[in-house]
Amino acid sequence: MTQETRQTAPADYGTYLIVWLVLMILLAATVVLAKIDPLHLAVVTSMSIAALKVLLVLLFFMHLKYEKGYYGLMVFIPLVILAIFISLTFSDTYLR
Amino acid sequence: MNDMAADVREQADTTGGKLGMWLFIFSEIMFFGMLFLLYAVYRTRHAAAFHAAAQNMDTAIGTLNTAILLTSSLFMALSVHATQEGRKRLTEIFLSITIVLGISFLVIKSFEWLAHFHHGLYPGSVVLSRLGKGEIMFFGLYYVMTGLHGVHVFIGVAVLTIMLVLIHTGKIDKTKFAALENAGLYWHLVDIIWIFLFPLFYLIK
Amino acid sequence: MEHNTKDTGSVSYLDKTANGRGILAWILSTDHKRIGLLYAMVMFSFFAVAVSIGFTMRLALIEPGHKILSARTYDALFTIHGVIMIFIFIIPSIPAFLGNFFLPILIGAKDVAFPRLNLLSWYIFVIGAVLAVVSLFTGGGPIDTGWTFYVPYSIQTGTNVTLAAFSVFLIGFSSMLTGINFITTIHRYRAPGMKWFRMPLFAWSLYATGWVQILATPVIAITLLLIIAGRMFGIYLFDPASGGDPLLYQHLFWMYSHPAVYIMILPAMGVVTEIIPTFSKKPIFGYTAIAMSSLAIAFFGSLVWGHHMFTSGMSQTAKWLFSLLTFIVAVPSGVKVFNWVASLYGGSIELEPPLLFTFAFIFLFSIGGFTGLIQGALAVDVQVHDTYFIVGHLHYVMFGGTAFALFAGIHYWFPKMFGKMYNKNVARLALLVMFIGFNTLYFPMFVLGWEGMPRRSYDYLPQFHTGQLISIVGSWILVPGLIIMFTNLIYALFKGEKTPANPWGGVTLEWKISSPPPRENFEEIPVITSRPYVFGAEAEHE
Repeated sequence: MTQETRQTAPADYGTYLIVWLVLMILLAATVVLAKIDPLHLAVVTSMSIAALKVLLVLLFFMHLKYEKGYYGLMVFIPLVILAIFISLTFSDTYLR
Repeated sequence: MNDMAADVREQADTTGGKLGMWLFIFSEIMFFGMLFLLYAVYRTRHAAAFHAAAQNMDTAIGTLNTAILLTSSLFMALSVHATQEGRKRLTEIFLSITIVLGISFLVIKSFEWLAHFHHGLYPGSVVLSRLGKGEIMFFGLYYVMTGLHGVHVFIGVAVLTIMLVLIHTGKIDKTKFAALENAGLYWHLVDIIWIFLFPLFYLIK
Repeated sequence: MEHNTKDTGSVSYLDKTANGRGILAWILSTDHKRIGLLYAMVMFSFFAVAVSIGFTMRLALIEPGHKILSARTYDALFTIHGVIMIFIFIIPSIPAFLGNFFLPILIGAKDVAFPRLNLLSWYIFVIGAVLAVVSLFTGGGPIDTGWTFYVPYSIQTGTNVTLAAFSVFLIGFSSMLTGINFITTIHRYRAPGMKWFRMPLFAWSLYATGWVQILATPVIAITLLLIIAGRMFGIYLFDPASGGDPLLYQHLFWMYSHPAVYIMILPAMGVVTEIIPTFSKKPIFGYTAIAMSSLAIAFFGSLVWGHHMFTSGMSQTAKWLFSLLTFIVAVPSGVKVFNWVASLYGGSIELEPPLLFTFAFIFLFSIGGFTGLIQGALAVDVQVHDTYFIVGHLHYVMFGGTAFALFAGIHYWFPKMFGKMYNKNVARLALLVMFIGFNTLYFPMFVLGWEGMPRRSYDYLPQFHTGQLISIVGSWILVPGLIIMFTNLIYALFKGEKTPANPWGGVTLEWKISSPPPRENFEEIPVITSRPYVFGAEAEHE
């Protein structure tokens, strides 16, 4: 077994509160943007903001920012596989 | 010296548990990922119909529910943090808030479903079958995706309730909080799935 | 070579006084070795049933035009044969049985990472298997969709698809939990000094398999849930009448079920990679290449599912893309075969039963692999799709590949698992009979398929009679072979001669502990200082 330092309290209450505030602001932003939709890009803006929110949850609430490197890298494995699965399926359904 | 060896072993188990939980999360990503794939295919095929069907969705309720889940995630993170600091009372309060918010989400969601049913928009209904093909797919996906998400929220609430009992009886404390941490990871995952579901059904109109 | 550690004073995992008596000491045990054997018992019981069904189906085709079985019965039989063989036998076979038993030992751990989860996986597996049986006698009776549950038929048929699909869902869930367990075990519980590239290659293959189990199994889970949703709640997402796309079902189904082929074959490759060095007394050739090819097969193998759908009406782009990817996946498989042969070259080969089984595996798997390439070629696939050619191919890969490797592994590790030796000559005889029977049974299928005999048909034209007859005779040879082999093993289980801890002169960790292994595997966790498979003088200098 490799020795590791136990990491207690990676972030403090303040950090979590700030992250939550940002999440709320992003939520408001995505709702408003979808409503007025200035550039007719509702899909792109909504999904980008959703991705941003998820990134915040992953990094702070799920502590990926504070974990050792390989957890962060591992998260990419399902995401990459999923992306390939979706693209290969679209190579059929979109071009049929 | 012996204590330290035991501590190292214990530490390894904690890390192992967390790794296992992440692997489970990966499988959940693939599970819901396939539904997102179906959504993407059908949306590209029936863009106009999806647009029209989304008009039936109440953005206000969706936004409220998103806010509720995001906030519950905050309290989840806070309760893990409080455990690590050894503040039992605070942990219990934070976790209880998380659970209450999770239940509120489910209650709101079920009223929303009931409202859809009331408007005749349930699977196989006459109203729905009179709408176009794309609309049927939209509502099919809506019920499957929010339904399965709801099941996950329900399981999450149950798990968190067990955690609350374990904290109360002292099975989870400053030195042993791996279970709570992993339950937290699961709860955040449920949140993440909703963050994607929300724009797909409520925003893109 | 004599690692005689017989009397270390440790208690065997089979010891009745130390572990408790009765069935509860087994079905409540969290010992990975006992759980492995629990899996074996369930698996082989179902295997026996599915073999009998296969035998019956062959027999029913003994003469054209006689229609011994009704179409409905025949449909139900090939479906049950497929569901049992694929989901209850082949998929769990090597990982859940040999993997559970030997993975922790091979990497120098006392158990898997989550022993209780391991036991839970077994229970979920058993509940799934039992529900599959229950589905035969309840609701609309045995399902007749084929093991693929293709829509729209699976939504429309009155047979008990809902329960059968749910049972497969459970079995998949169990397989995924096993994957999580193995990956965590390999990441966290390797013995000190057991670096990644010092792991035995069976562990590498289980690692690659574990990732497929984790990432592909959820796909079948959601696919089956969508069938259940379609049947129970009327939410039928693949219904063309309401804007759905039935081909998407096939995409989702094969997105799991093709990688599942690699869940079956990767551990099999791992097993033979363990056997070859032991019986050629030579380090494996190309350790890194074999380890990496496992990962490459797992990765590329997940991207080729579309080759099951060449005639379904996919886009042209998708067709050539999937065809290309299919050819790519043959490369790492070839890497393995060449490395096995190269490992044998110049070795001091001992023709013990496990190695003979391994030879049979390499031969049969190569035929299975090559015929797979034939089907991977777009134009040819149009000719052979849905014919006996496919049936021949899949049996060469799954039975000739995975099952023969499983038998090889059982013969290799039997003395370790039970501390007893089977009759080697009977084992050799069984292999010979099985090998002849296997090829007589399945090789004519390639010819029949090439000539156009459709699969899943309860009757056929007279022109296929000769081929069918040869194939049927093959089943009469193969089944006795299986019976000889299992009788020999079961006899040895009770009356076998006691054997030393290391009868084959193997050098991986499992041969350094007593047979049967102690409860905790190792008195003291070993410290690893070199790569695996180091033999002879070299080893003494380590």
